[in-house]
Amino acid sequence: MVDKIIIENLSLQYSDGTESLRGISLNVREKAVTVLFGPAGGGKSTLLRCLNRLNDLTEVRTSSGRILIDGENVLDPKVDVIALRRKVGMVFARPVVLPMSIRENLTYGLELAGEKRRAKLDEAVERSLKLAAIWDEVKDRLDDPAIALSGGQQQRICLARVLALQPEIILLDEPTSGLDPISTGKVEAALTELKKEYTIILVPHSVQQAARTADYAAFFLQGELIEYDEGKTLFTTPKDKRTEDYVTGRFG
Amino acid sequence: MKRILARNRHLVQRLGFTGITLMAVLTVIPIVAVVIYILIQGAPAISWEFLSGFPRDGMRAGGILPAIVGTLYLTVGTAVFSVPLGIAAAIYLSEYAADTPLTRTIRIAIINLAGIPSVVYGLFGLGLFVLFLKFGTSILAASLTLSIMTLPVIISTAEESLRSVPQAFRTVSISLGATRWQTIRRIVLKEALPGILTGVILGLERAAGETAPILFTGAAFFLPRLPHTPFDATMALPYHLFVISTQVPEMPIQIQYGTALVLLAFVLTMNLIATVIRSRARAKRQW
Repeated sequence: MVDKIIIENLSLQYSDGTESLRGISLNVREKAVTVLFGPAGGGKSTLLRCLNRLNDLTEVRTSSGRILIDGENVLDPKVDVIALRRKVGMVFARPVVLPMSIRENLTYGLELAGEKRRAKLDEAVERSLKLAAIWDEVKDRLDDPAIALSGGQQQRICLARVLALQPEIILLDEPTSGLDPISTGKVEAALTELKKEYTIILVPHSVQQAARTADYAAFFLQGELIEYDEGKTLFTTPKDKRTEDYVTGRFG
Repeated sequence: MKRILARNRHLVQRLGFTGITLMAVLTVIPIVAVVIYILIQGAPAISWEFLSGFPRDGMRAGGILPAIVGTLYLTVGTAVFSVPLGIAAAIYLSEYAADTPLTRTIRIAIINLAGIPSVVYGLFGLGLFVLFLKFGTSILAASLTLSIMTLPVIISTAEESLRSVPQAFRTVSISLGATRWQTIRRIVLKEALPGILTGVILGLERAAGETAPILFTGAAFFLPRLPHTPFDATMALPYHLFVISTQVPEMPIQIQYGTALVLLAFVLTMNLIATVIRSRARAKRQW
């Protein structure tokens, strides 16, 4: 397996002194689900937002280290962040559909990228909705407002919207935290399919979800990476006492 | 006493509720009374000749066309300057400006500008536009003066409606590879537009009804013809009303109220448009 992302000694602190990262080094394998888990405030979301430079929108006091994606340091100020964000898609905790139709939500990113051909756009809409396992539920009402869908459907629309851009990496920040178990199952099933083609980094909303989905798992505690291993190893025979305590539910 | 009140708390609540309702109704009475009074007094004066003719006999007869057209010109002129500038400033303040002492000062300045008496704007316009920039007493100078007066209203309502667009839309849009400006143009402005339009109309409506700012900068006592260029002075409804109410002896009262009615209709129509835009947008809003 190839390392898609190499994080080297990444440290970061926000201007308001909240959440930070301390010396994170982590290699993310290609075409697998890597799970970042741990108690709130551990730096998981911060790390995700470094990978697509969404942290540019936040006031960051200090940062150091490197993040290499396909060998290119994406923290370099000269990096084309627009291209980066098309390559590294993100699904957020709360499903936020844009105030437009389902179809327009799907084509938004592509149109910004300059795609005008109707056939290409239609094809992308269908392909990505199928990948996100929601095509059958919405195919007859693509021009309805996306907000009319249920929360679970909206979140899969958000996933499809990212897939429409044909990214290589998909970041998911607690994507099922607001969803019922059935919708959660659908999203997880979609991820299992997607990892054949995409590199997936997931911040799960529970340890159980981490254990269910992880090919690789990284345990974060207060801005530090405590332990990183294959999922089946980390959840059955953790090496660090703190990982064991968290996985077995002694704290968190 | 306490026990009696406790036992009758339904009664107390009903009394309180009735009192509040009564006060709400009371506040509406003066507004309705003004409109009805002007309507009754002014309606007999309204005729095609009144709306489309020039004043005659020292303004004691004839129509008020030049004042109507003048007010239209001034409103459009004010919009030309204040709308683009106001919206641009609001976009800057809401979307680009960092929260620094400087931007906070700008915001406070804008809020305070809204409180300056309109006659002060009039004098300022006289000094800057009429005399210093040599625009003369003209539609241009009056429109610019009204624009400065209207800007704070437009900026603060526009900024308010831009800010009310959920932050999450911006984050999502950026995460999908949009630039900041693409996000503003395709999402934020689109969603804030009804609110911005409402503010614009309310601001312009105030400009249309003002007398003091145009008094020294562009209003004419009487003109025998319509203005041809922005450098001509113009008659305007509010100033005309002032003139025929105070400066012309033996003025038929009907014409005064007729003029007031036309001005009121002009302003209320703009208000109605703003209300329709707002309620339609609210029904269609997806967040």
